Amino acid sequence: MRILKRRITRGFVCSLLTVLFSLAATAQEEHGSSGHGTPGTGTEKFNASAFIIDHVTDSHEWHILTTPKGKSVAIYLPVILYSREKGLDVFSSKKLAHGHVFKGYRLEEEGDLKGKIVNVSETGVADTENRPLDFSVTKTVVGMLFAAIVGLWIFLSLARSYRKTGISHPKGIQGFLEPVILFIRDDVAIPNIGEHKYEKYMPYLLSVFTFILLNNLIGLIPFPPPFGGNVTGNVGVTFVLALCTFLITQFSGNKAHWKHVFAAPGVPFWLLPIMIPVELIGLISKPFALMIRLFANITAGHIIVLSLICLIFIFDSVWVAPVSILFVVFMDCIELLVAFLQAYIFTLLSSLFIGMATAEEHH
Amino acid sequence: MIFLANSLTSPGIGVVIWAALIFGIFFLILAKFGWKPILAAVRAREEMIKGSLESAAKAREEMHKLQSDNEAILRKAREERETILKEAREVRDKLIAEAKGKASEEAEKIVEKARAGIEREKAKALADIHEQVATVSIDIASKLLGEKLSRTEEQEKLITRYLKETNLN
Repeated sequence: MRILKRRITRGFVCSLLTVLFSLAATAQEEHGSSGHGTPGTGTEKFNASAFIIDHVTDSHEWHILTTPKGKSVAIYLPVILYSREKGLDVFSSKKLAHGHVFKGYRLEEEGDLKGKIVNVSETGVADTENRPLDFSVTKTVVGMLFAAIVGLWIFLSLARSYRKTGISHPKGIQGFLEPVILFIRDDVAIPNIGEHKYEKYMPYLLSVFTFILLNNLIGLIPFPPPFGGNVTGNVGVTFVLALCTFLITQFSGNKAHWKHVFAAPGVPFWLLPIMIPVELIGLISKPFALMIRLFANITAGHIIVLSLICLIFIFDSVWVAPVSILFVVFMDCIELLVAFLQAYIFTLLSSLFIGMATAEEHH
Repeated sequence: MIFLANSLTSPGIGVVIWAALIFGIFFLILAKFGWKPILAAVRAREEMIKGSLESAAKAREEMHKLQSDNEAILRKAREERETILKEAREVRDKLIAEAKGKASEEAEKIVEKARAGIEREKAKALADIHEQVATVSIDIASKLLGEKLSRTEEQEKLITRYLKETNLN
């Protein structure tokens, strides 16, 4: 056990050093070239930072590879734009590839608005103030949709199998998934929310847990699309999930919960002008922490794995590959743990917040 | 790293809306058709297991009680048998003792009676013999002394004396 622990720590330290090293390397690269971060083009110097950011941020196309000739192979996802002047526009993102202007739109490839679609004038000047609303089916959306479909398929078939087996012992997939469901019920919901009130929140907690877990796991599998997207590492997605927890917490908050916010017991009344804003910030900061925690953990994991892969191209040597792959496998094992851990933590904290808001007053 | 902050932490409104839509639909469908039947089935099974465990425990307890009852009954029966046997033995012993006592008493009585009878008969017989001997003696004496010899008181006394002296016993 101790040996294993030491090994893990050593591996962790090594990987951390590698990451730091690679970050230092990318920082150097940034000064050099600002090329389109694609490895293997040969002539350009490899820009690891751009490459990694390209992979972990949302995108209108699902880039698969760039051929040695410089031709990029990608799945072009639908672009859906709305602006008051031009109305609704739906077209393939292929039309916007490589900086082409289509219907007065352009996908920015440089600068602050990199990866965003902007209106351009006849002369090719971007209007950065007045941007169209972008409802495009991006990489994140595709990955999320895929995870949702997989989740629906798994759990609806599970429900069907329960209808079939009735109350007999768990069979097949039930034996695999029932412990997960029971874990959420017995170790997350009941201890935090309480025996009498937990049932109402079970569907949400189970949904959020499975949704995050599936997205985390699907994000870990690198290929082919729709695998490998960085869905739970997208702050928009984690924002929505945290918002759900926030709304459920506030709407199920009882008298004691609001009393605690606006008239905290035991606080002298002249302190209330200070305490109320503090409490209100506390209400917001809890789900905000949920949002950031999930986003940061998953994104960090992707960045580390990609950095380790980038080592091969930074050193421009095939001999780095075995080391790199070894570390990536190691990191993927940790990421597998993190995928479960983050889904669990999000669910646990959600149930904890709900439990706090619904707790009976007893002072 | 500025542009990392930009592109990573500023999601488009599109992603937010799509996420809300997808997660909302995911949640609604599963809440109605997924979690509800699954949780209901799991709870039903748990309740059944709990119920059957309880009833099994109850049955076991009952069986235990029955068993101990049986044992108590058996023990009682055995004790009763013991007492009955003991009593019977006592009664028998008493009866035998009584019968023995009675029989020996009776036998003694009979023997006593018989002895008394014998004594009596013997005395009677002796008296008879005395008389007969006396008569015979007188007869013989009279025959010997002649017919003139009368029976006087003195003579008789004399004869009795003689007789006693002779002692027939």
